Amino acid sequence: MKTNRRTFVGGLSAAAVLSGSRSAFAQKKYSDGATDKEIKIGHTNPYSGPASSYGVIGKCIEAYWKSVNDRGGINGRRINFITLDDGYNPSKTVECVRQLVEQDKVLCTFNTLGTPTNTAIHKYMNQKKVPMLFVATGASKWGKPKEFPWTMGYQPDYHTEAVIFAKHILANVKDPKIAVLMQNDDYGKDYWEGFREGLGKEAGRVVKHVTYEVTDPTVDSQTIQLKDSGANVFFNISIPKFAAQSMRKAADIGWKPAIYLNNVAAQVTTTMKPAGFENVQGVITAAWLKDPTDHQWDNDEEMKAWRDWMAKYMPGANLGDVNFNYACSVSCLMEQTLKKCGDELTHENLMKQAANHQKLRVPGLLPGITVSTSPTDFYPVQAVQLQRFKGESWELFGEIMHAESS
Amino acid sequence: MTASTKKWWLWLVLALAFLVPLLRPVLPDLVSDYRLFLVSTMMIAAIAVLGLNLLTGFNGQISLGHGAFYAVGAYTAAVLMDHLNMPYWLTLPCAAVVCFMVGYLFGLPALKLEGHYLALATFALALAVPQILKYKWLEGLTGGVQGIVLNKPEVPFDLPLTEDQWLYYYILIVMVLLYWAAANMLNSRSGRAMMAIRDYTIAASTMGIDTSLYKTVTFGISAAYTGIAGALSASAIAFVAPDSFNIFLSIKFLIGLVVGGIGSLVGSVVGGIFYVLVDNSAQALSTFAKNDLGLQFDLSAYTVFGILLIVLMYLMPMGIVGGVYYLVQSLRGSLRGGRAAQQQAAQKQPAAR
Repeated sequence: MKTNRRTFVGGLSAAAVLSGSRSAFAQKKYSDGATDKEIKIGHTNPYSGPASSYGVIGKCIEAYWKSVNDRGGINGRRINFITLDDGYNPSKTVECVRQLVEQDKVLCTFNTLGTPTNTAIHKYMNQKKVPMLFVATGASKWGKPKEFPWTMGYQPDYHTEAVIFAKHILANVKDPKIAVLMQNDDYGKDYWEGFREGLGKEAGRVVKHVTYEVTDPTVDSQTIQLKDSGANVFFNISIPKFAAQSMRKAADIGWKPAIYLNNVAAQVTTTMKPAGFENVQGVITAAWLKDPTDHQWDNDEEMKAWRDWMAKYMPGANLGDVNFNYACSVSCLMEQTLKKCGDELTHENLMKQAANHQKLRVPGLLPGITVSTSPTDFYPVQAVQLQRFKGESWELFGEIMHAESS
Repeated sequence: MTASTKKWWLWLVLALAFLVPLLRPVLPDLVSDYRLFLVSTMMIAAIAVLGLNLLTGFNGQISLGHGAFYAVGAYTAAVLMDHLNMPYWLTLPCAAVVCFMVGYLFGLPALKLEGHYLALATFALALAVPQILKYKWLEGLTGGVQGIVLNKPEVPFDLPLTEDQWLYYYILIVMVLLYWAAANMLNSRSGRAMMAIRDYTIAASTMGIDTSLYKTVTFGISAAYTGIAGALSASAIAFVAPDSFNIFLSIKFLIGLVVGGIGSLVGSVVGGIFYVLVDNSAQALSTFAKNDLGLQFDLSAYTVFGILLIVLMYLMPMGIVGGVYYLVQSLRGSLRGGRAAQQQAAQKQPAAR
């Protein structure tokens, strides 16, 4: 009964839009940060400090809005994108975001980067009731519409990905004995907890768990420890540098387990090539973005368009950096969300539209992966597909998996 | 500091500091919550720099690691608020005591180290503390890399103030008290002993000053000041995480110290304010240079900040307070038109320290 009525109302309003009864819908409504001429969007990113390698994301998003403005903006409005450097320091992020919200009066913040930094402003944004959209972190806590109705994540969270790996190991490896290499920080822990949750009762299958610090020069000794445990599965939670080192070392010392590699390090030129192609045949990972260094996408229409765009707006940038692809895809989602808001650019409507995407195709995502959100589902991209390394590129296999966790 | 002619402007600044936030209902755009918050962070930085100044400026020990004490203070406050539900104002004395002890204990082995070696040892401390906070046995207490999310201080007694206004007054009162205490201490026998050690350690010990006691206690007091600043920042930011206390923080205090004026209490406050101000405007300047001046290459905020620092050090080698003092004196001198006045200014210069 209820559903029927809702469909009915929905149909009516759709009809109203289609019939072009403008008068009812042309009421322009604005919150702070939006006018007839422009939309203000705020952003923080570590352009300096220990995490400054992520700075390219901010640069690329800035270029994206420039290209949108060159195209004439969104519904005739220019995007005024204000990006500030927080140096990956949470106290500084609070300062920057308060400036964006209270002085610059932005309509929303978008893709603020980092787990500790976003944690610092999480409560504040929700108290101020300003949308905090598509944050750039893989932690699993950004999609809680009940407690935090103004915050939304973007990418599949690490936790979910690890659950998928665990399930795959249990289903496909006979009598698995698992060794885990983990970066000792929040990102590593998120994967690790997801992995243990995925193993469930079989958590005892992990025979060795070693960690490294991001400041370590190598992970050679850790890899030897893992081999000595007699494990036949290697779950690798590390960033490209250490992923390459550990897989090369494993091959050098004659350890041949089934390797599961986290998505963070799944790029061909930064991980697989330095590890040696002959050493990483059969490695399994999960993906949701197209890897620009993977030759299978060389003739892909979306990626061709992306390369042309990069040549025009980010000349000289390293095309092999997947961060650029990430930045473009998330910006595209933001653009689509703003477009859907029409002339009602209020905080409430922006949040409503962000939570109202049905199977939206965003360029850069793997074929078959789309963005879906709802008032109870604040995880835009939740699907990943497993892929196996063969020759010099990844080969997708199996179904696209939709994570049910979280 | 002692000249009574200088007192009037101190009172004026204090009166302004107390009265201006009350204009918020009248001038909501000028006296906004954000600006009050920004001034609050300036005052917190000023307290931290003040702590460092007691050690470096008045006792001659160099520290590159005061960010560590700041972190210990912040975490002490955060853990007490989070685990024991302690009211925020009660965490200040606790943080002060904890940091005093940490500083005192660190000061003991540091006695054997002089100058650059002490600087390096403190530098190591600043590098170690964020790692220690992540340590797995402490994780239950510190929250590990995730940090601790806190509540902002609530306005007490139903005062008609906003949260940020109250925070501002709270920090202002603490700063004034700490400033007053430091000024009194420096004006006492102990203060003179501290400075005697700075100027000539051997002479000081010949006169019967227990140099090692004074050095360690000064280290403790200095750490306590900076720790209180850290505890205040935990309340103001309402979040602590190891990433907030990286090595740049210690450098930042040192910059504030040098820019404000080493060995000047007013200089500490100026230095704290300067750092926050320039740190923020450097970013605005760099975007301005790129977007409005049409600069072809990226000028990072840190580059702008560096250039500003170099220019400042070149123009005012004695720090801002030293520079202003010199300027005022030479202006007076040229008004009187006498060379004698200039000489007097040159003589008074050390007295400003």
